[in-house]
Order: sequence, then structure tokens, then C-alpha cells
Amino acid sequence: MNKLKVKHRLAKDKLMLWSICLLAAMTAVPLLAILGEVLLRGYDQLSWSFFTESTPTAYKAMKAIAAGEPIPGGIANGIVGTMIMLGMAIVVAVPLGILCGAFLAENSKSRFAQFVSYLTDLLQGTPSVIIGIITYIWVVVPMKGYSAIAGSVALCVMMLPLIIRSTEETLKILPISLKEAGLALGGNKSRVMMKVQLPAAFGGIFTGVLLAISRVIGETAPLMFTALGCSLIRFSIDKPISAVPLLIWEFFNDPNLQELIWGASLFLLLFVLTLNLLSKYLAKKWNH
Amino acid sequence: MNDRLYRIILFVVALVVPIVCGGVVYALVTDAHEAFEHFGFLKFLTSSEWSYTEGNEQYGALPFITGTLMTTLMALLFCIPFSLPVALFVGEYFRETKIASVLSTVTDLLAGIPSIIYGLWGFYTLRPIIMALNISPQGSGILTASLVLAIMIVPYAASLSAEFIKMVPNDLKEGAYSLGATRAEVVRKVIFPVAGSGIFSSYVLAIGRALGETMTVTMLIGNTNNIPDSITSTGNSMASIIANQFGEADGLRLSSLIAIGLILFLITALINMIGKIMIKRARIV
Repeated sequence: MNKLKVKHRLAKDKLMLWSICLLAAMTAVPLLAILGEVLLRGYDQLSWSFFTESTPTAYKAMKAIAAGEPIPGGIANGIVGTMIMLGMAIVVAVPLGILCGAFLAENSKSRFAQFVSYLTDLLQGTPSVIIGIITYIWVVVPMKGYSAIAGSVALCVMMLPLIIRSTEETLKILPISLKEAGLALGGNKSRVMMKVQLPAAFGGIFTGVLLAISRVIGETAPLMFTALGCSLIRFSIDKPISAVPLLIWEFFNDPNLQELIWGASLFLLLFVLTLNLLSKYLAKKWNH
Repeated sequence: MNDRLYRIILFVVALVVPIVCGGVVYALVTDAHEAFEHFGFLKFLTSSEWSYTEGNEQYGALPFITGTLMTTLMALLFCIPFSLPVALFVGEYFRETKIASVLSTVTDLLAGIPSIIYGLWGFYTLRPIIMALNISPQGSGILTASLVLAIMIVPYAASLSAEFIKMVPNDLKEGAYSLGATRAEVVRKVIFPVAGSGIFSSYVLAIGRALGETMTVTMLIGNTNNIPDSITSTGNSMASIIANQFGEADGLRLSSLIAIGLILFLITALINMIGKIMIKRARIV
């Protein structure tokens, strides 16, 4: 009787182990499925011209399809737009975020810092589509038009809380003796922060910035009402501009351009996943 | 630079965050005002009509609130059977092993995939499967959207739960083992009770993620402005109606969309706040 009960319990234990392994392994299925589909359907679209030419018009695409030729053109306008907007967002968000994070780490016990910290969480949790609405109200309406500036403001607002958090957390886990040693040598607080703490935290902050970039580079919703999209390769920042995820959305909605979806997605996916893996690798390397 | 100037500079920079948040609330409230004024706050929330025929514009948020809640809750249901095993795998069974770090890399990468690519995958792969299985004739709908949404929130729920599972003190587990408990019993009777509130809070934060997810839902939910009557029917979520109509809207419709944005913002903020408070409490224990 007792022996049977023990056997029953052991069997249950084994069942639990195997079902956990099975179900956990199954989470890799969507990743492989998505990667596989995008790779298989997208790889033959990637060519030199795909990265150097801008999006074709629907009419041109239609003509090419009717003639049985591959659709001409590429996503250069999106790549340029993404780089311009991302560049502007980084220039503003990175210094602001690092200083904000330094403030939170220095004053972690003050009421105001806790309030700022709470608001950072709030901002980080705000759905991206709402960041889009807000930027529309803040920037697009006063400027009377969609622009690259508006798009970069949206990306900047999304990046800011991520950078603040990673800076704060990295600074907080630095050994306190580091700061004390700096102060004991006669440096004042700002000098110790600039010359000791921030350099020591560089690895964590850098990987945080990489992750923030990979998070916003694929964002579509906040760009739809701010950057709008444009089929020309443009370098002016006060006019509508395209971005890679915006192009994917355009291709998705235009039956004539649907063939281009996969190439653009493959490019975006590889870019994002590489950034992700790189930041993970660097974090591991710099921690040891 | 002296200490005083340094402190002032940091303080001024830190003011950016409250200013941005204040600006978000201020802009949403002022621009949503027209819709609330016109329809009345409660009526806007409970009306299910959405028609923009000129002269008789009627806007209500109920279909979209329902759509958002349905997709989010179903995504949560589909997510639990996968995220909980992942959390146990990484946090307890194979803790600190190579295979656990491979699995957590996989979930990290899942979290990194842009939502528009999830949407494409759902549209071109999952939707045909759902049509082939005869679950719904058009393929898109609440069910399709929440299935993909579930995959998207697995990483968030799993990585946070795993942290809490890892924090369960070894003494407790060893005590149970020494009394003859099997591993499954330790999980059920020691780990879950101790880490339970932390695990729960990670699901609350995962809900916060799912509520505002835009592109995936827009591409998969079917985009009809009715209250969904079953889990396979089409609908619209708060985020997807905004994504669909914001570009072409003006006047009262624009204000109504911003009002929906405000409601979504408040719900997300509330859920996230609850989640964060619960996490803080769970960490102390």
C-alpha cells in the first residue's frame, strides 16, 4: 500500500519534470517559426539595389508584376529615415537619460527622486501608440505637418525611461567603496561621478542604450502619426520621412507591394536580434 | 564644477521626467475634453456606437474597451501554461546551467522581435491555420490576436517569475526535501506559496504589456467596430482603433480617439502601478 503511494508520487514528479521540459522547449517554436518564415521568404529579395533604391510606386510595382518581373526598388528611404530619426533621438535621450539616472542613484532616498522614479516606470509602461498621439499633439499640430523631428521626439520619449533605468541600476550596484575612495582622494561629487562612477558603469549603460535602440527601432505605431512615411530618400528633418517598420506597414496594406514585405522584415529582424544578442554578450563579458 | 552646481544640474535634468509625464496627461486631457463634453464621460464609456456619418456622429468606447479586455485576458490564459514552465525551468529545475541560459536567451529574443513582425507572422502563418481548422471563416479575430499576444508576453512574465522563484530560500526547499518531499511537491508546496505573490505580480505587469500592444492586434483582430460576441468574432481594441483611424480623423472623431487613448493610458498606468507595488512587497518578503 505504502509502496504504491511512493511510486505514485515519484511518477507524478517525473511527469512534472517532463511536462516542464516539453512546454518550456515549445516556447522556442514561435521564435524559430518566425525566423524561418522571414528568412525563407525574404532572403532572395535582399540585393544591393534593395538597400540603395527607394520604394517603387504602386503603379511601377503593378507593371513589374504584370510583366512577370521582380518589383524594382528597395527600402533605402526607410533605412535613411530610421537612421536620421534614431540619431536625433539618441543625441537627446542618451545624455538626458544618463544624468537622470545619476540623479536617481545619488538621491535614492529623497521623496522627489522616488517620485521621478515612479514616473519613469509610468513612462516606460505607456503604450507606444499613446506616445504617438502625444507627439502628434506636441509637435505635429504646432508645426502644421508631419516631420522627421516629430518621429524622433516620439522615439526619444520611448528611449528615455529605458536609459534612465539602466543607468540607475548600474550605478546602484557599483561597490560603494569605489565612490568613497574617490571622495577620500579629495574629488568632489561631480568629479567622482564623471571620472569614477560613470566610467565604471560604462558597460551597463552602454548595453542599456543598445537595448533601448533595439526596442524602439522596430516601433511602428508612434511613427505612423508623426513621421508618416515618404517614398523619397530624404535628409531634411522638417518633412515627412519614412522608416523601415513604416515601410513594412505600407507594404502590408498595399497588395501591389506585398512582395517587398519579407525583405524589409528580414532586414529589421536581423538588425534587432543582432543588437539584442550583442548587448547580452557585452553585458556578460563586462560583468566578469 | 562645485557640488552645488552639480546638484542643481542633476535636479534640473531630472525635472524632464515629471514635465514629460505632465505633458502627456495635460495633452490627452485637453484634447479629449471635446469628446467627453459632447457625449458625457459615462455615456462615452458605455456607448457602443461608432459612426461617423456627418451630422449624426456617434462615438462610444465600449466595443474597444471590451475588445482590449478580451484579447488581454485570453492572451494571459494562453500565456500561463508556457511562461510558468519556462520560469520553473530557468529558476529552479535547471538553474544556472547552460541550457537554462540558452532558454532565457530564446525568450529574450522573443521579447525583442518587433510587434509588426509578430503581426505579419500571425497574418500569414497563424491565420491560415485557424481558417483551415475551421475555427473561424475569416481567420482574423479576437482569438488570433490573443494567441500571438500570448507569445509576445511570455518573455515578460517568465523572466520576472523566474527571478522570484530563484529567490526562494534554499533552507525552505532543503527542509522539505529532508522530510521526503519530491521535487514536484517542493514546487507545489514550497516554491509556489513563497514566490506566489511575486509570480502573480509578474503576470500583472505582463497584462500591462498586452493592454497597449498595437500593431499585432491591429493586423489580426479584424478591425470591426462592434462589441465582439464570441472569442472568434472580429473586433477592435483601444490601441487598434487608434492606429486604424487616427490618421484620417479630425474634429469630434479625433477627440474621441484621443479620449480612448486617455482611457487606455489610465488603465495601463493603474495596472502597472498595482504590479510595481506588488513587486516591491514581494521583494521585501
